[in-house]
Amino acid sequence: MRKALPALAALGLMLGAPLSFAAEGGHAIEGGLDWQAWKAGNEIDNVASLQRGARNFMGYCSGCHSLKYVRYSRMAEDLKIPDAQLEESLVLPGSKKSDYITSSLNAADGEAWFGKAPPDLSLMARARGTDYLYQFLKSFYANPKSATGVDNLALPGTAMPHVLSELQGVQTGVFKDVEVKDAEGKTQTQKVFFNFEPGVPGSLSPAEYDEFVRDTVNFLDYAGEPAQLKRRGLGVWVVLFLLLFTGIAYLLKAEYWKDVK
Amino acid sequence: MASPNSDGGQSAVTYKPGSFREWLNKRMPVDQFVADQLTGYYAPKNFNVWYFFGSLALLVFVLQILTGIFLTMHYKPGEAISFDSVEYIMREVEWGWLIRYLHSTGASFFFIVVYLHMFRALMYGSYKAPRELLWLIGMGLYLALMAEAFMGYVLPWGNMSYWGAQVIVNIFGTIPVIGPGLVEWIRGDYGIADSTLNRFFALHVIALPFAIALLVMLHLVALRQTGSNNPDGIEIKANLGADGKPKDGIPFHPYYTLKDIVGVGVFLTIFCIVVFFIPTFGGLFLEKPNFEPANPLSTPTHIAPVWYFTAFYAMLRAVPSQQLGALLMLLAIVAFFFLPWLDRSKVKSIRYKGLLSKLFLGIFVVSFIALSYLGLQPAEGNAVLFARLFTALYFSYFLLMPWYTSVEKTKPVPDRVTYHA
Repeated sequence: MRKALPALAALGLMLGAPLSFAAEGGHAIEGGLDWQAWKAGNEIDNVASLQRGARNFMGYCSGCHSLKYVRYSRMAEDLKIPDAQLEESLVLPGSKKSDYITSSLNAADGEAWFGKAPPDLSLMARARGTDYLYQFLKSFYANPKSATGVDNLALPGTAMPHVLSELQGVQTGVFKDVEVKDAEGKTQTQKVFFNFEPGVPGSLSPAEYDEFVRDTVNFLDYAGEPAQLKRRGLGVWVVLFLLLFTGIAYLLKAEYWKDVK
Repeated sequence: MASPNSDGGQSAVTYKPGSFREWLNKRMPVDQFVADQLTGYYAPKNFNVWYFFGSLALLVFVLQILTGIFLTMHYKPGEAISFDSVEYIMREVEWGWLIRYLHSTGASFFFIVVYLHMFRALMYGSYKAPRELLWLIGMGLYLALMAEAFMGYVLPWGNMSYWGAQVIVNIFGTIPVIGPGLVEWIRGDYGIADSTLNRFFALHVIALPFAIALLVMLHLVALRQTGSNNPDGIEIKANLGADGKPKDGIPFHPYYTLKDIVGVGVFLTIFCIVVFFIPTFGGLFLEKPNFEPANPLSTPTHIAPVWYFTAFYAMLRAVPSQQLGALLMLLAIVAFFFLPWLDRSKVKSIRYKGLLSKLFLGIFVVSFIALSYLGLQPAEGNAVLFARLFTALYFSYFLLMPWYTSVEKTKPVPDRVTYHA
């Protein structure tokens, strides 16, 4: 094989070339805000953050969005929320704690009011990723031309109004004209996002709003896969056991194989 | 010539009169079976790390069957309920999440293990005479596994399940004359629908596992007949000792059973790290769009099958004509079946083959990996050009094999296997 190595290395270099496809587009213009690089940075083991996230979700999201695969009781158990508190401040009127978290908005009304029924959010964190949710909740900006008065960088043309505007306020998006070459090589002018400027202030400071969004995303991350709370903890023990098992199996094998000459 | 696997153990077994063992063995050849298959079956002593993957493939198969049984207890096939039932398993069934992750991770690891097992055969010429049938049965297993994996992937009824099924089933539509009718027959409807999901469920849990189990058995029967190849590509049966047993062979049990258990330990450690810490494997083992329910009105931004099919998918997209692409895909798999007759070398193992064989095997491996990568990317610009290049290189391994295996200078093969205790 040794003689074939240079050839393999050359082919390896050729392999490297297609890797550059992955780095296409999506980057901010020079000096602009690189919002697509924002990371949710949520900590799934932070129970206090998950509890705050549950409160945020029930307070601001559940009016329109359901979590149809999550039960109140299971959520309370996982997030260590006492029963009394669960029933008093989280369970929606008309629901029992053994129920799934359904929204009070029915799909037909949602479609009539927003043009599109608000999606169930049980699996949104798994389908789109936590970073996406974080970017979405932080990139609403004023757009007088849209029906809701806002638009969004992560989901342009979204039907969702900026529900959290009383907290974040409504920021203004600054766009710059950039010359872009299209597929045929013609130069065209495009409006490209540059950064945000504070517009109407909200009740939270930017740092507080950031924390609010992070907690909410953390909760949705949990809702996407409740089992992850114990999955990793259990995994440590399983892997430790397997390492021990492998070690002992190796010693046994070595003992028998001493005879093989 | 005395067959080493028929006399081993038999004469050694004497029973105490009236014992249960005597009673049992008079009625069923339990001890004889163990002697034939394990204690009296001699395997070459020079197996290296590449020889773990056969037993590991069997392990994963058993794991898939066991986890599959428990999934079937809670899963419900049906357009309206499949997706919900998988989430029900993930959230409400005790340990359901673990069983599901073992099964979904098992599918990917099945292919990892099988690909390494096949690469071992390519390296050491295990497909060559007298093991042609062993190789063909193995390729039959690979085909059955592909069908099994594809149908299993459709069952969660996520959006990628739906669109993946759409793309793959439509490939059959490119067959001249019978194509369109065939596609309708496979789907049982004019589109991927409830009837498709239900028949895929039936095939996934009954027909294909049966076929795979049968082929595994035949694969082992053929293996017991010829005996294993080894990294030197020498027939150990050509060198028998005074006792009629191969000088370079050791009984499969206890030597290889114990060695394989070490392999199982290492494998399960890696496997469980994935299951418990990275079960979606960054969207490669469980794809993000599959966490959205199947939606015929919303096409995922780009459709790709799971990673183990993407090499062939890249070939499909590398040519402008879908018909030609489908044919290329088919040939890429069929080519493996002809290996025993394409390889004209006097030696089996890559250790004693010439530089050209090494070069082309290297090209093949790099092409397969590159195509697998390209199949995951959108088919645009350079990606298509590279896919064409690597498709050509992939086929060069097979098409030029009669040439490069016959012109190259091989090294002398030793009489006995290379083994350092």
